[in-house]
Amino acid sequence: MSRLDGPVAFRARGFAARDIPAASVATLVGLVLLWQAAASLGWMSTTFLSDPAAIGRGLWQLARSGELWANLSVSLQRLAIGWTVGTMAGLAVGLAIGLFTVARSPGMAVVAALFPIPKIALVPLFIIWFGIGEGSKLVTLGFGVFFPTIINTVAGIDGVPRALIRMGQAFNLPWRSIVLKIVLPGALPSILAGFRITTSTAIILLVAAEMIGAEKGIGAFVLQAGNLYDIDNLLAGLVVLSLLGLAVSWGLGRLERALLAWR
Amino acid sequence: MTASAIRLTARGIGHAYRDLVVLEGIDLDAAPGEVTVLVGPSGCGKSTLLGILGGLLAPTQGEVRLDGELAPDCLNSVTTVFQDASLLPWRSVAKNVSLVLEDSPLPRAERAARVAEVLAQTGLADFAGAWPRQLSGGMRQRLGIARALAVRPAVLLMDEPLSALDAQSRALLLDDFAALIAGAGVTCVYVTHHLAEAVRLGHTIVVLSRRPGRIRAVLRIDRPIEGRHAEEPALVAMQARLWALIRDDAARAEREIADV
Repeated sequence: MSRLDGPVAFRARGFAARDIPAASVATLVGLVLLWQAAASLGWMSTTFLSDPAAIGRGLWQLARSGELWANLSVSLQRLAIGWTVGTMAGLAVGLAIGLFTVARSPGMAVVAALFPIPKIALVPLFIIWFGIGEGSKLVTLGFGVFFPTIINTVAGIDGVPRALIRMGQAFNLPWRSIVLKIVLPGALPSILAGFRITTSTAIILLVAAEMIGAEKGIGAFVLQAGNLYDIDNLLAGLVVLSLLGLAVSWGLGRLERALLAWR
Repeated sequence: MTASAIRLTARGIGHAYRDLVVLEGIDLDAAPGEVTVLVGPSGCGKSTLLGILGGLLAPTQGEVRLDGELAPDCLNSVTTVFQDASLLPWRSVAKNVSLVLEDSPLPRAERAARVAEVLAQTGLADFAGAWPRQLSGGMRQRLGIARALAVRPAVLLMDEPLSALDAQSRALLLDDFAALIAGAGVTCVYVTHHLAEAVRLGHTIVVLSRRPGRIRAVLRIDRPIEGRHAEEPALVAMQARLWALIRDDAARAEREIADV
């Protein structure tokens, strides 16, 4: 036996990572400054990677000439239409699978078979079916959004506590009220989490589809700049995509805070 | 409020989950305006029986009937209060109550008045705008009963509403519930494994045996539940009788694996 003589040491350190908002801004600003310094001081060649100031100037010129908006507006429109249609269809099918036995197994079988296909591989087929114009791009986008939306909607519905549905039934609430007031609100957190996935999927597919066959759009613009070895504009296009992603993510954050205030 | 004139009768209720028989040959009479308490060892099928009485579970045998004249303000003849209160976390306290009135033909003002009334009765008036997550366990259960009372049920089924609470909240809430049930004059079936609750609330106490649950004994307490005190000698003696009836079954049930 060994003798003990001393205080109990604190042992519950760590495992408590915190957010420091100022540190996220400082990190990004710091990286850009470092990048600029490396270019200005001649530590790196700007032939293959322009410096932030040159990208900024390029962006400014694109904005002034209207070229940026001409491409961005086309992309935003495709994104809005494709995502919305894909999401609406996904919600409808997800709801059916989540609620009805008759839809569940058949629906999930089709989803399981089609979901793993990389949607970008369908672009050639969609071009044959819907033409090289807007149709094929919107369908690619919508299709890519459709499946994850189904999966998240079904998962959300399945996750609604059975007890809450039984409560609604105990009070003899009509079916429609149970769906609208219990099942859907209960599934909403999962559906909104799915929006984060589907918006980023939509941006990826948008750019890819625009690179395969489009004259306008951010994807087409980036590809064209690459073909012309116009690194400034190429990087300016990437910055726009990054900002687009950030804006969408910020908007979704606001939406979540507004709709899920009860959590 | 006028006492409920509805009698709940169960005849020959049996229930099995696949091969596992949980209830057998249950005949039950819940007299109008009285509290019938179901007690029994864990796993004896008390909650299953309550689910059957409330139409939330189809019995494999037997039938449950309601008989009597329904009061005109009753929106839902039989209503259940659940063990976990089953509140919608995305609705405020007041909206959790109004949920069960929104599909009724009641005019808007009447609905609002009923919500305000039941929240006042249950001491929740000051928390009408709060989220359920902000409530204590006792307040959640009070909200559960407020919501049930809002539909002016003729029959109120309560599934161990106090069992998730700590002993202090339970003691306080028990008196509140007794007053609310008596005040509403509702026909009540109350499931509990707490014998103190049984003698405090019950006019009739039905003791179920261990699985498969059968009725083992029916005890009467012919006194109004208002003014009762679980510690008074007559009720303590009644608790001892109940415990004597349940004890062996409870001990055996404790050693069984609940493979339901």
